Amino acid sequence: MTNLTAARWQMALSLGFHILFAVVGIALPMLMAIAEAAWLRTGDPIYKDLAKRWAKGAAILFAVGAVSGTVLSFELGLLWPGFMRFSGPIIGVGFGLEGFAFFTEAIFLGIYLYGWDRISPVAHWLAGVVVAVSGALSGVLVVSVNAWMNTPAGFEWTRSEANGLRASNIDPIAALLNPAMIAEALHMTLAAYAATGLLMAGIHAGLLRRSPGTEFHRRALGLSLWVGGIAALLQPVSGDLSARTVARHQPIKLAAMEGQFRTERYAPLRIGGLPDPDAGVTRYALEIPGGLSFLAFHDPSAEVKGLLDFPYADRPPVRVVHLAFQVMVACGTAMMGLSLWAGCLAWRGRGVPTSRTFLLACLLGSPLGMIAVEAGWTVTEVGRQPWIIYRVMRTAEAVTPVPGLWISLVGYASLYAFLGITVVLLLRSQFRASPGGGPSP
Amino acid sequence: MTPSLALACVMLSALTLYALFGGADYGAGVWDLLARGPRAASQRDLIAHAIGPVWEANHVWLILVVVLLFTCFPPVFATVITTLHVPLSLMLVGIVLRGSAFTFRAYDPSERARRRWNRVFAIPSVITPILLGMIVGTIAMGKVGVSPDRALPVTAWCGPFPVVVGLFTLSIFAFLAAVYLTLETQDPALQEEFRFRALASSIVVGGLAYAVYFLAQEEAPDLIRGLGATRWGLLVRIATGTAAVAAIAALWLRRYAIARTTAMIQVALILWGCALAQSPYLVPPSLTIESSAAPPIVQKLMLGALALGLTILAPSLVYLFRIFKTHTFARQVESQTPRP
Ligand code: HDD
Ligand code: HEM
Ligand code: HEM
Repeated sequence: MTNLTAARWQMALSLGFHILFAVVGIALPMLMAIAEAAWLRTGDPIYKDLAKRWAKGAAILFAVGAVSGTVLSFELGLLWPGFMRFSGPIIGVGFGLEGFAFFTEAIFLGIYLYGWDRISPVAHWLAGVVVAVSGALSGVLVVSVNAWMNTPAGFEWTRSEANGLRASNIDPIAALLNPAMIAEALHMTLAAYAATGLLMAGIHAGLLRRSPGTEFHRRALGLSLWVGGIAALLQPVSGDLSARTVARHQPIKLAAMEGQFRTERYAPLRIGGLPDPDAGVTRYALEIPGGLSFLAFHDPSAEVKGLLDFPYADRPPVRVVHLAFQVMVACGTAMMGLSLWAGCLAWRGRGVPTSRTFLLACLLGSPLGMIAVEAGWTVTEVGRQPWIIYRVMRTAEAVTPVPGLWISLVGYASLYAFLGITVVLLLRSQFRASPGGGPSP
Repeated sequence: MTPSLALACVMLSALTLYALFGGADYGAGVWDLLARGPRAASQRDLIAHAIGPVWEANHVWLILVVVLLFTCFPPVFATVITTLHVPLSLMLVGIVLRGSAFTFRAYDPSERARRRWNRVFAIPSVITPILLGMIVGTIAMGKVGVSPDRALPVTAWCGPFPVVVGLFTLSIFAFLAAVYLTLETQDPALQEEFRFRALASSIVVGGLAYAVYFLAQEEAPDLIRGLGATRWGLLVRIATGTAAVAAIAALWLRRYAIARTTAMIQVALILWGCALAQSPYLVPPSLTIESSAAPPIVQKLMLGALALGLTILAPSLVYLFRIFKTHTFARQVESQTPRP
């Protein structure tokens, strides 16, 4: 394994691990705050119980999120010192603001988790609201950094034999507000609510199937379906904005996402299919004529650039990107369908739907959001390859000269496996202890 | 004061706060590991209770230091993180293990598992500060700046000087934690136990401080010269010594609130003294504050962002500590009267 490969795997692993906790860290506080608000309004103790039990799970997930995030902030330098030396000053203001968002989040999380009996109920609820807001804000800020890697802005650069890559005329604000920022931040934030909402809905649906009629789980299901469902319905709209941003600023990534090898007008939308990069075709796909041109540019006759128009060395691994994109869109469609179904049932039945088939669908749908998040990030990050900063710096240039990275890759992989298993076991015991959750241990 | 010097001072302040608060959380882990005797369980409970609500906030100071470093002094960040790749990676493993184990312990339903998490929390709490100190020691020796593009061999960061600095760091953290813990409990017996631990560790701190100074003559002579070069150096040394003696005296007289204040001053002065000795270098012998600073526009924006952030951060932190740490102030009067 080359050093570059090891570094990429370690980065992918660490980010793929952290994002699971980050997503929950953004959305779960909002669910807790809504439950607590319902308690404050109605005085119904079930809502308070709900907020308290969600908070217990959140405490575990936040701790792992915080430590895995700490690893990441060092890892950017440990693995990609060339990248950080170049971009640190350009994107640092975003990271700096993010640091304060983390501070607010950690402070008010401490108050929220340990302060139930120490401050007034309204102050406690406000602390929860602050956690929810600062969590979302920290996500937006870090994603803006990633958006900058995709659509770099706010600097000029020169490359020379003697000095290598140099930046000048740095404008950190323009870097923060780069062209992809709005689309990415919106899509990511919605993804967090959709994925967490439907995940929680699925879990409570499963518990409700086991012990039907438990009021606690019915309320929990209702709340999570509201939050997750609304976000899941908006997600394809925001995905369309993302896709058009990619089409404008990263034509190679768009071509890889769609398995588009030839430049053409009336380009078809491909559903499924397997790209063959050597032959330069995508086989076995269901093609909708003109669909891609229409979706990417809102004009069926628009020209879409194909991969073959770009030098071989500038093309990302098209199979991975195309498949990951298909997985994300498939998950998104299923989640949207589930949300529509829930909406219809609730509207007709005037209450939280609890038919066994619907509960089973929720249970089966619960992992889809997290799968979509991982797949979406694979599209974004692998689709940017071979660039670490699109069209400015190659990933190979940025990697650390320290040899033997595979050792650290193996070490971190084992560490994450250990943490992941522990978290699952601990959360399971938390759910077992919930009302009607089965024999408490 | 130039903007880059101001940023360096902010960075040092964040590092100081990390040592004073995050460091003490590590030190608490040391006392968890060393909990002995009939009251071992109540010692552990006290520790868990004391750091539970605040550890995540205390930990963010470290992240702020890292962010400031790579934004404002990018070559320093790139150099340090490349040359010290191995000890930094090990330190991160320690941070991950103890942070997550601390939380797992609180939520694991079975007693046996809780005891296991306890060990996963306590052992990295001892090792991580040693690694942190070794990293600082290696930088102070001037080994990092010499070949910025290669990882240093183990022998470079495992030499006697870095190891002694590592142990010194650990002893400071343990000392701080013991002093803070005297104020966390109402139980006079527990208080006495942590008073004894604080006194014992203050002696270790003193001994190791001497060892660091002694080894530095050989291994980091520039540091010693730097400290002697200005009148400030002498002043800081006198002040540090005074604070140390005052902390010990206050502990002896059971004036715990005074002991806490003086111990914090002592630790802060140690850090500022080291920084003063090393200035204007961030990484001797090559990278100074001025030579490694990011462009002026970045510095100004960062100072603006810091000012903005601070207006939110400061009241939030005060609120947090008021909710969870008021009891450590309220009982001052009572705890000053010696036990019969
Ligand atoms: C709940 C999760 C989820 C769901 C249901 C979807 N996505 Fe997504 N998508 C993400 C979660 C996500 C993500 C993980 O959050 C990404 C990675 C980077 C980003 O900004 O969002 C992403 C990236 C991403 C990108 C790449 C952006 C870039 O490279 O800059 C595009 C074009 C889309 N998405 C499009 C869609 C479309 C058309 C969907 C229609 C159903 C869709 N996504 C559903
Ligand atoms: C899109 C990707 C990311 C999102 C949405 C995200 C979001 C979050 C959120 C919401 C938290 C706090 C919640 C929790 O602790 O569970 C968190 C923690 C953290 N993240 Fe990320 N993050 C992302 C990627 C990164 C990256 C690339 C870095 C490194 C630069 C990073 C650094 C951190 C740090 C240092 C923490 C710990 C803060 C603390 O101690 O409270 N994150 N992240
Ligand atoms: C948390 C959600 C994220 C996930 C799951 C994710 C996933 C990935 C993956 C799979 C790779 C490897 C790509 C390859 O080498 O083929 C990668 C690389 C990388 N990502 Fe992300 N990413 C996330 C967010 C971010 C953010 C917010 C940043 C910016 C701070 C970032 C910075 C990087 C860097 C610097 C690399 C290495 C260079 C490269 O391969 O281009 N990532 N990420």
